[in-house]
Amino acid sequence: MAFPVEDKHGFSVITLKGEVDLKNSPDARKVILNNLKKRRHVLVDLSGVEYIDSSGVASLVEGLQYARSNDLGFSLVGVSEAAMNVLRLARLDQVFRIYASLEDGLHGGG
Amino acid sequence: MALDEQLVSLTFFCRASRLKLLRCVIRDAAELVGLDEDATDAVVLAVNEACMNIMQHAYAMDPRGRIEVVISQEKNAMVFRLRDYAKPINTDAVEPRDLDDIRPGGLGVHFIRSLMDECGFLDTPEGGGNLFEMKKLINRKGDQNGVSG
Repeated sequence: MAFPVEDKHGFSVITLKGEVDLKNSPDARKVILNNLKKRRHVLVDLSGVEYIDSSGVASLVEGLQYARSNDLGFSLVGVSEAAMNVLRLARLDQVFRIYASLEDGLHGGG
Repeated sequence: MALDEQLVSLTFFCRASRLKLLRCVIRDAAELVGLDEDATDAVVLAVNEACMNIMQHAYAMDPRGRIEVVISQEKNAMVFRLRDYAKPINTDAVEPRDLDDIRPGGLGVHFIRSLMDECGFLDTPEGGGNLFEMKKLINRKGDQNGVSG
């Protein structure tokens, strides 16, 4: 599955949706890191995520670490209940910068 | 009192594409035994993580690796037994990582232990490999026993 990327107000907005698991988390990782390596600030829209496992979460953590190391913005927006439950379980809900909506993320500066 | 019953037996190879099918089967079985939505989400995630661990660590994603999952209802618990035919692992080395150590990976064991009521490796089965068992109690409605806490 290819995860779509849109250019919005200087951000790369990456939309993960459906089930993010071992089968497609390598695609998520690739699209996140590719955009960060282009020196883009990244917002990851998780509003359409119905399921995410530890491999999907690992893709997000890797993006966060790359962004922090390279002084880039990396935030999650519109996190679905299913995804938030897993982030809480991993105690990562306090680690990521999370915005309620894409609009909030764009205004918040990533 | 509920009778012990083997509900489903599923055999598949070490391919990430098989996990979705596994999750669908678990979800239906959980509904059948009466787990609530939150507990169902918990067992789906925990068993998915355990199978991922087998695929990634025991088999190193070798597509010839065979995994057997047996789902049963025993007394007041939903029981999952996962069998692989990989080299027996050092079970003492299977520990969750420190969650304050923010890094990709290493969350699966933490998820399994947090979401299941019991889990552990059983004696090495005849024919070698590893046998991992997880139990989820079938609680009354209103009990907190799932992914959302």
